[in-house]
Amino acid sequence: MKDINWMAGGPQGAGVDSAANIFGRACGYGGLYVFGKREYHSNIKGLHSYFHLRVSDHAVSANVNDVDLLAAFDAETVVRHISEVVSDGGIVVDKEQVDTKVFNIPTLPTEFKNELSKYMDQKGLGDTLSDFLDSARRSGIHVFQVPYMDLLKQTAAKLGIDKISTVIRMINVLTIGVSFSLLDYDQNLVEKAIRAIFSDKPKIVDMNIVALRQAYNYTKQTFKDEFPHRLAKIGTGEQRIFLSGNQAVAVGKILGGCRVQTYYPITPAANESEYLEAHEILKTKTGEGAIIVVQTEDEIAAINAASGAALTGARAATSTSGPGFSLMVEGLSWAGNDEVPVVITYYQRGAPATGLPTRFGQADLSFVIHAGHGEFPRIVLASGDIKECFYDAAVAFNYAERYQLPVIHLIDKAMANSSQTYPVFDVDQFKIARGNILGENELQGQAYKRFNFTETGISPRVFLGTRNGVHWYTGDEHNEVGHISEEPANRNIMVEKRMKKLEMVDKEIPVEEKINFFGDKNSENLIVSWGSPKGAILEAVNVLTAEGFSLRFMQVRMLHPLPKAHIANALRIAERIIDVENNYLGQLGGIIKEETGISANFHVLKYNGRPVTTTEVYDALRNILRGQALRRQVLTYGS
Amino acid sequence: MVLKMSDFKTDVFADWCPGCGNFGILTALQMALAELGLEPHQIVIVSGIGCSGKVPHNVKAYGVHTLHGRTLPFATGIKIANPELVVIAVGGDGDGLGIGAGHFVNTGRRNLDITYIVHNNGVYGLTKGQASPTLKLGLKTKALPKPNISEAINPIALALVAGYTFVARSYAYDVKHLKETIKQGVQHSGLAFIDALQPCPTYNDINTKDWYAGEDRKDPATGKPRPRLYKLEETGYDPVVHDSAEDFEKKMAAMHKAQEWGERIPIGVFYKNELEPTFLQRIIGRIPFYRSDPPAKQKISDENGFSTADLKEFFDELRTS
Repeated sequence: MKDINWMAGGPQGAGVDSAANIFGRACGYGGLYVFGKREYHSNIKGLHSYFHLRVSDHAVSANVNDVDLLAAFDAETVVRHISEVVSDGGIVVDKEQVDTKVFNIPTLPTEFKNELSKYMDQKGLGDTLSDFLDSARRSGIHVFQVPYMDLLKQTAAKLGIDKISTVIRMINVLTIGVSFSLLDYDQNLVEKAIRAIFSDKPKIVDMNIVALRQAYNYTKQTFKDEFPHRLAKIGTGEQRIFLSGNQAVAVGKILGGCRVQTYYPITPAANESEYLEAHEILKTKTGEGAIIVVQTEDEIAAINAASGAALTGARAATSTSGPGFSLMVEGLSWAGNDEVPVVITYYQRGAPATGLPTRFGQADLSFVIHAGHGEFPRIVLASGDIKECFYDAAVAFNYAERYQLPVIHLIDKAMANSSQTYPVFDVDQFKIARGNILGENELQGQAYKRFNFTETGISPRVFLGTRNGVHWYTGDEHNEVGHISEEPANRNIMVEKRMKKLEMVDKEIPVEEKINFFGDKNSENLIVSWGSPKGAILEAVNVLTAEGFSLRFMQVRMLHPLPKAHIANALRIAERIIDVENNYLGQLGGIIKEETGISANFHVLKYNGRPVTTTEVYDALRNILRGQALRRQVLTYGS
Repeated sequence: MVLKMSDFKTDVFADWCPGCGNFGILTALQMALAELGLEPHQIVIVSGIGCSGKVPHNVKAYGVHTLHGRTLPFATGIKIANPELVVIAVGGDGDGLGIGAGHFVNTGRRNLDITYIVHNNGVYGLTKGQASPTLKLGLKTKALPKPNISEAINPIALALVAGYTFVARSYAYDVKHLKETIKQGVQHSGLAFIDALQPCPTYNDINTKDWYAGEDRKDPATGKPRPRLYKLEETGYDPVVHDSAEDFEKKMAAMHKAQEWGERIPIGVFYKNELEPTFLQRIIGRIPFYRSDPPAKQKISDENGFSTADLKEFFDELRTS
């Protein structure tokens, strides 16, 4: 089966998100794999948002540039995405909007209008939507003009609803119905998806199903077999899930034993905390448990409350994005100094400052590695896809407790708001390891010292409240008991004790947990990357390998302490080192150079706020392999 | 085992200036803990930064000496994770009402069962005498280059509007009164705030021990000083909200009393309301087993190290096949 790339777009608040969810689930029910990415403005209602879904009969892990079928809720969606639609693709558009003058669309920003003017000049386009659609037809695109309002009115009549405003929100389901009907996909699976998505709202289910059927019938009668692409269900013997990065982290935290989560609302992190709160009572093997989710007054309170909770023995985490983490930095330093096992889930977004609050970036790596005054140990772990988000969210607590330090789990908006199909995760791959903890019986008769000097730098830990274990914490430099000490000799040993833990991390955690290698291990071409570009890189490598090129891909997962010996070994055998990152400076490349002295030969970078696609990574890599590339390529795809 | 006050002492040298009000507050705290019949491991003293931040090191109980202004967020995390613990937060006036003012106010919204003692001396001592948020407009304490250009925050009034359900004031040199106030604060079901007036003998040369004692305004007839402090409980003032219908009235009465300063300064309990649900009770409303099985006590792994969490329901919700 040929992959189908479906895009739904419309004003924020019009149900683009639910449309994508229904579409993705319906495909999943048919045994198909889905990867979908959500793009939206920092806005509640009205500005353009879209979902780009790729459907395949095999596992997919990134978007490509193409759109095979564009489901436009409004005129803006057509204007913005028409150039992405492939030549035998399709556009579903509202019949009543085709006379819209494109420059009268109120939500188009000036910069976009300027680009649009140039595009129209180049193509010799008139200024109405129908001029755009005519041009699309000329390049082989099928245009399906659908009378949205008429169909909604008919739906309302069938449901016995007078007010059109009640059904207007179903433009999304309408376009799904038209799309799936064009693709000749099993209607029952779509209905099943609607029932699942709105499971708690039976009335909404009924309304949506009527609208869906209306759309299916209209499309079958009107457009017959006009659209050449097809989507057919296939059998699957395995259980699969379809989930977002936010959900994967949340469920991973539950697996990892997290029982306190603090947060302050911020995009794109907050969804995770809300999801956890909605699921606060947990089923356990022995009965029930619960995670307490606390919305604090700011991120300063969030990190410090999480640290406080961690001192009592609860596995505790906080979840934030760049601006919030900036506020947490003093608390991070305290946690480092006081050896607190706290986990910070860090969703990168477009920065600096407020930046692109709902968009993507990978420019906070240098920041998280260095954040905080003074020198203290931390672990920075970066997931590369939604499955890794799940396991890393759990394993972060093991690292935190075993080494008694803050762990920053670095992910990003591209993973948070993308959804992907996976076989159900195997939870038995993960075990909880809590490190060295003493209880009241072991403490009997001994004078406990919280920061006892040891060979490894790791002192046995006692939870607040344990009998026989009274001790102290202080943000000041301290002695073994935890009282303030400014003595130089003690200071030296204490600094060394803390920093020693980084050596232990280096020594004890197996390299398999720190770096993923893919491709030909003897290749002279080595791609270096981290985080969410993983999916697109893997797909591009597969295609290029099939074309006869040899490539190796090193995905660095533990970014601090950097497994530099292993990295250096891989770099040394490579002729061409290609650094792929979503930032301007090539931050990982810089850190690797600092730690190993070896520089990347090529940089493939992107910082327009949109994730890399398989298409553009493939193009960039192929240029390099053919000796036709500049040292620095900047990718620009995205809308 | 009945513990004595001395059982709550550590051998750490208390490095405050001679005559510092912190000595009185420390003593009152240790006495209160002993009289409450608590054991050291049941207690967590959380502090911020500054002279008051050192208090936990002198108390034999779990001590968490945190960051400037962040006393309450740490205390909140500790109490939520393990509600069995008796959590007492101590901090300076700059800590709680300046850099930590956002936490001061928002902690009030939760009515968590902790006690917060603010050492109120009008100055930032450890940084050598700058004006704190409780120093009145126009005062020029010893180290200020110019008179204070900002008006003072009224801690009692702020605590009342923020939602603290026990609001009291005491005085560092009236150790007995302070001890009783701390005991009441700890025993209060809900969030307790204690404004502990505290002379800073080194930097606040205006609100001194003698000033509080009225040495500057002796009765011309008797030649005796006329103290500025008076005890609310000796005036028949009733701070307790007995019925939620009288809450507004009680709060207003407390607000009225909170305005008194200068010639006559009330100490004692301004407001006390145990009818308001505590954070613990609010959580129990959603999670019935929270008290017996709070985050710190939950078993998260089985004997083989596998997570106790059963993710089936999560996965079922996300399942597509």
